[in-house]
Amino acid sequence: MMVVPNITADAFRHFAPVASDWPGNEWWHWLVFTVIIIVFILVMVIIFIYLERRIIAWFAARIGPNRTGPFGVFQNIAAALKLLLKEGVNPTNADILIFWLAPIVVFAPVIAVFAVVPFQDGALLKDLNIGILFVIAISSISTIGVFMAGWSSGNKYSMLGAMRMIAAVVSYEIPVVLALAGVVMLAGSLSLNDIVVAQERVPFILLQPLGFLLLFVGGCAEINRSPFDLMEADSELVAGFHTEYSGIKWAMFFLGEFGEMVVMATLIATLFLGGWQGPGLPPWLWLLIKIFIVDFVMIWTRATLPRVRIDQLMALAWKFMFPLALVNLIVTAIQVLAWPDALPLYVIPINWVITVMLVLLGSKLFKLGWGRVEV
Amino acid sequence: MALDFAFWLLAIVSVAAALAVVLLRDVFRAALALVLCFIMVAGLYVTLSADFLAAVQILVYVGAIAILLILGIMLTRDVQRGSLSNKLRFPASLVALIFLGTVTFAVLNTQWVIPAGTPIEPTTATLAGQLFGENGYILTVEIAAVLLLAAIIGAIVLVREK
Repeated sequence: MMVVPNITADAFRHFAPVASDWPGNEWWHWLVFTVIIIVFILVMVIIFIYLERRIIAWFAARIGPNRTGPFGVFQNIAAALKLLLKEGVNPTNADILIFWLAPIVVFAPVIAVFAVVPFQDGALLKDLNIGILFVIAISSISTIGVFMAGWSSGNKYSMLGAMRMIAAVVSYEIPVVLALAGVVMLAGSLSLNDIVVAQERVPFILLQPLGFLLLFVGGCAEINRSPFDLMEADSELVAGFHTEYSGIKWAMFFLGEFGEMVVMATLIATLFLGGWQGPGLPPWLWLLIKIFIVDFVMIWTRATLPRVRIDQLMALAWKFMFPLALVNLIVTAIQVLAWPDALPLYVIPINWVITVMLVLLGSKLFKLGWGRVEV
Repeated sequence: MALDFAFWLLAIVSVAAALAVVLLRDVFRAALALVLCFIMVAGLYVTLSADFLAAVQILVYVGAIAILLILGIMLTRDVQRGSLSNKLRFPASLVALIFLGTVTFAVLNTQWVIPAGTPIEPTTATLAGQLFGENGYILTVEIAAVLLLAAIIGAIVLVREK
């Protein structure tokens, strides 16, 4: 019988040590990977924006940017140059110091998160043993940046957008972290590299379909992707927390937003789709392919689903996703306890049936509060 | 060498940020200074090889408590006038000075035991054993969880419409 490896930390010894001083000594390693990560994020953001515009146009039966360069690939570089040269306007009511710091506080964590993402076995800045916890902790700093932007702009629309953002992030953090806990239990490690190694035979999307769905939906809500983009709903709030921003500072927010999208796509690809694992092609190419697949699905949901209201947003997190995440955690814990060495393959159909039943049951029981404060 | 530099940088910035929390009149900036202080303390944990504790410090204090604090500031009336001082200003600073003196005296006069061994490298498994394993702190963890649950239920009961 084929078995799925349910590897505990001890089983990783023959993979270890992950080459901590891979291209020379530690400082060279640090320098090389820092440059790789920054370039990777900037290039990925440009590609993501291009893809977003082209694919959304395709969904909307339009053409999209196609003039600057072949197929319009240089459109975003032109847009970035334009933004760099634009005038930066400081509102009279703004708290200038915080107003200037906010874009940096939003963007810096996006770069820091990639320190623990493996591009192939051991090819990462630092294989922290707290890996996924580091990712969750660091990315929570971005929220403070959004709040700083909303407050310091001295504008009620910015403030409202920031408040909505906080409400969404604080609520969706819970199902997302519970969904991640399932993966951590299966892999027996918090390190992202170990989690990828544990998916050698079966990617965790097959073992944890519910966890995947929760992370995908919760992740889209946390990074304000449509249909959860009501913190910058242009029909209600102008542009949400960055209403007052222009020029390079606005570009930083834009970069941060798409950077968070790259982070989320990379996390989903790493945790559920097997990261750099895959036959034939080089590992980093597999990771890229998986990131783009997740990105495409994110754009697809954006093009398909209408924007939710704030009460729907909160109800979805607390009444639908939170109970499902708890059940998922308990089911995973029971399975890991029942088969401590390796999960048999027939767990996969069982988990899929559980997922479908839970989602159907949750949808049946899902009721909106319509803004009333009742229990 | 690098560790010393990191320690002094983190220590000086965290003390400066803590002072800013008290001295700044703008409440929002004071809250942000508190966030900076939390992050610096997390950095100090990293220099002590307590990586899990550092991540939890950022997750809980920066990601949750600081945000609740800022939300609290939003709901404060007269927030534009800043942090006002009142008659208790002098006694409060006196008590703070006495406390600072006591803590400094205690720290300087304690024989600190420095473990000779190198820190355990993958900290998470050891920590899990300490928290949830046999002879660990499982009872304390459970009591804290029940306490938090009681607090949440209490909050819901308080805001509930009759």
